[in-house]
Amino acid sequence: MATKNHISTTINGESKEFLCEPRQTLLEVLRDELDLKGVKEGCGTGDCGSCSVMFDKRLACSCLILAVEAEGRTVETVEGMASGETLHPLQRQFLEHAALQCGICTPGFLIAGKALLEKNPDPDEAEIRLALAGNLCRCTGYDKIVRAVQDAAREMRNS
Amino acid sequence: MKTSEREFKVIGTRPVRHDGIDKVTGRALYGADHSLPGMLHGRVLRSPHAHARILSIDTSRAQAMPGVHAVITGDDLPSVPDRTEALGEGTTNANDLSNNLLAKGKVLYDGHALAAVAATSAHLAEEALDKIEVQYEVLPPVMDVRAAVAEGAPLLHETLRTAGVPESKPSNIAKVIEFARGDLDEGFAAASVIVEREFTTAMVHQGYIEPHNALAKVDADGQITLWCSTQGSFDIRSLCAKVLQIPLSRLKVIPAEIGGGFGGKTTVYLEPLAIRMSQISGRPVHMVMSRNEVLRATGPTSGSVIRLKMGANAHGKIVAADALLDYEAGAFPGSPVLMGAVVIFAPYALENFRIVGRDIVVNRPRTAAYRAPGGTNAAFASETLLDELAEKLAIDPIEIRRRNATCEGVQAPWGPRMQKVGYEELLDAAQSHPHYSAELPPPNGPLVYGRGFAGGGWGNAGLQSSAILSVNNDGTATLVTGSPDIGGSRTSCAMIAAEELGLEAADVRPSVADTDTIGYTDVTGGSRVTMATGLAVFEAAQDVKRQLRERAARMWECPEEGIVFEDGDAIRPNGERLSLAAIAGKAGRTGGPVIGRATVNANRANGPSFAGFLVDVEVDTETGKVGILRGTVFQDAGRAIHPAYVEGQMQGGSVQGIGWGLGEEYIYSNEGKLENASLLDYRIPTALDVPLIEAVIIECPNPAHPLGIRGVGEASIVPPPAAIANAVAAATGKRLPVLPLSPPRVHAALQTGD
Repeated sequence: MATKNHISTTINGESKEFLCEPRQTLLEVLRDELDLKGVKEGCGTGDCGSCSVMFDKRLACSCLILAVEAEGRTVETVEGMASGETLHPLQRQFLEHAALQCGICTPGFLIAGKALLEKNPDPDEAEIRLALAGNLCRCTGYDKIVRAVQDAAREMRNS
Repeated sequence: MKTSEREFKVIGTRPVRHDGIDKVTGRALYGADHSLPGMLHGRVLRSPHAHARILSIDTSRAQAMPGVHAVITGDDLPSVPDRTEALGEGTTNANDLSNNLLAKGKVLYDGHALAAVAATSAHLAEEALDKIEVQYEVLPPVMDVRAAVAEGAPLLHETLRTAGVPESKPSNIAKVIEFARGDLDEGFAAASVIVEREFTTAMVHQGYIEPHNALAKVDADGQITLWCSTQGSFDIRSLCAKVLQIPLSRLKVIPAEIGGGFGGKTTVYLEPLAIRMSQISGRPVHMVMSRNEVLRATGPTSGSVIRLKMGANAHGKIVAADALLDYEAGAFPGSPVLMGAVVIFAPYALENFRIVGRDIVVNRPRTAAYRAPGGTNAAFASETLLDELAEKLAIDPIEIRRRNATCEGVQAPWGPRMQKVGYEELLDAAQSHPHYSAELPPPNGPLVYGRGFAGGGWGNAGLQSSAILSVNNDGTATLVTGSPDIGGSRTSCAMIAAEELGLEAADVRPSVADTDTIGYTDVTGGSRVTMATGLAVFEAAQDVKRQLRERAARMWECPEEGIVFEDGDAIRPNGERLSLAAIAGKAGRTGGPVIGRATVNANRANGPSFAGFLVDVEVDTETGKVGILRGTVFQDAGRAIHPAYVEGQMQGGSVQGIGWGLGEEYIYSNEGKLENASLLDYRIPTALDVPLIEAVIIECPNPAHPLGIRGVGEASIVPPPAAIANAVAAATGKRLPVLPLSPPRVHAALQTGD
């Protein structure tokens, strides 16, 4: 039986501690230990982007990170995007544009979109598509997602 | 009031969906997100062989592991009738279903489930799987329909005989169906041009991003509660009850939010295993598939071989058509070949035709429905061959479709006469759209460009739905249906209720209920929810309005006769009005709560939907890569309740069709091992692979539906592969009768003469 490791980390701006086995992924711990169910598992192999988080300010698939690696790092998930009752512009534009159907990929797209807009506040369509190419959506055909990111970028530039 | 004369206030607008905020903040609970105290985690052992006899399964070492609380094999499921019966979406053979859940006697595909374990952690359950020892006698696999029908082919099921063929011997052909009318010889004799080809399409997966999941809790008295992501909680209840041989009343299915289905979440894989292991262990059991399992053992839809011959006269009128459709059923009978036979000529008025379809078992996963099941394969053949006829006759490809287009009164190939459909209007819209006349780029070195169009139809499904619409005493309303919401349907249903009651969409709170809370409701499938559950909601609203008139009469102390309900108010003949809120506020004193209800069989209100896809491609003749430059999808929605979500269906279906056309395929080794069971190697389109897809909604109201609604979920996937192949032909001069049009295939075809 594996010994559990004690990990101290920062998640969505709050200090957190948890115990995990060395083989547990960050995704498992976020979902099963810390109850952050907005982080979704679609593949477990880093191919679909549903489990996207910001890991030390870098976009990453939490299924490809071991939970022990979170020691001393910062993790941001979809649960941290809204400020209280105020949605992030990306969240609001996804709703306005009907950019989600089933919604399972949506948290990952929101995180990937946020990562893009933090680096590039005025991306063109090709840059948006490239930035979202690590996230799979099977429902929308991406049209409304791309438009939602465009409008969120516009809104954020004007604010 | 005729729907065409009516002005709508809510229908046709684009409100934010009711479940939206939960879904953009990560709060919405999908199947895998549910948990219970003391819950065990279940995992499944799967066959590494495509075809093998199971000589023995020894689970003793797994059973003995501390923390393992249940281990089951096929012997732990009851025996069930080996006959096809109405069950779930359509018909199912319960014995086949049971054998697919846990193999008995033989394993029939790579990934076929053999045993399941429930343990205190998922990792422990996986370790326990490694301790189960299975002895196999490996048999030669049958991997495609050509091999399956060959003389002397190994048999998957020694007792399977061909339905529809008298005196048949044991065979891999499970069924033969045929539609025919007129005189083929006479028809072909009248043709100016005849074209004939054999088409091959690959097996593809629905590709929903959320893997299958189930959480079962069995109480000490045997009552069962099941949470799962499903397109149809009542279907799951029926299927679980049948394979476990328990009464329906013992099982409550609670539909979780569902992360995509596209037809693939209309059957059971984990659910009965979780229930069985919860029965054995006395603890809740949670099961979630890995993506590898999803690809190896769920879905997919049939690959196919289609032989098609069509003749047309000099005016482009199709005078004869002869089709043989061979569809892979997977390991058990049940391919969608019948629907392929329906779709293949659905958009056209034909007098002389024969359509023969064969349902053929092969050592691949048992197929499940996938968006317009069977239709995309069939339209790939008919819509590319029709394009070739147009080319040979020098007729515009949309024009040749118009000259043959089905319309009201035409007898469909499968029998019934068409009511008003919107295919001609759709073709007009495509032909006059700026996309159709836009300049294509000139050839640029190895890059060549082409434009293609294809049409396609889908009959949609009616089936049964229930709705309960309760008026709250503040004048808002609560709507309960049993249709899992896979793409915004709870909002479209709430909009229908709001429209009828004179409310805003946000004033109606819609919820998707469990099987104890609402009446029987068939699957979210067949493009049916907004049409069929929407019909139940519409009728429940009429029930509410009838009661509101009655209550208004009591409040006014006048006869009910002459009172109408319009724009949210009851109105007396003298013009006096009482608002819904005013009536609702007094409901406690006029007879109690106002609750409308309706149950429907919506077959009477169903109407087919037609779609068309116009596409520009860039073909790199050096690499064979086909890129999509521009795509426009046209579809007859009848009436678009929430146009943004109608567009979303059209765009999403189109991009699934693009994936099917350009890259997706199950790749098996000669030994029958699935070689691309990951989302890296089974590559669905990314945002980088497609352009913005313009959606043009056509509204030819469905005359059978009080609001004119047609289903919109499925038809849009049917045309794209054919449209892409037509565009590739326009660009390169080569007809490629094979899907997907992946770079190696296109490159190879460009090197040959053809």
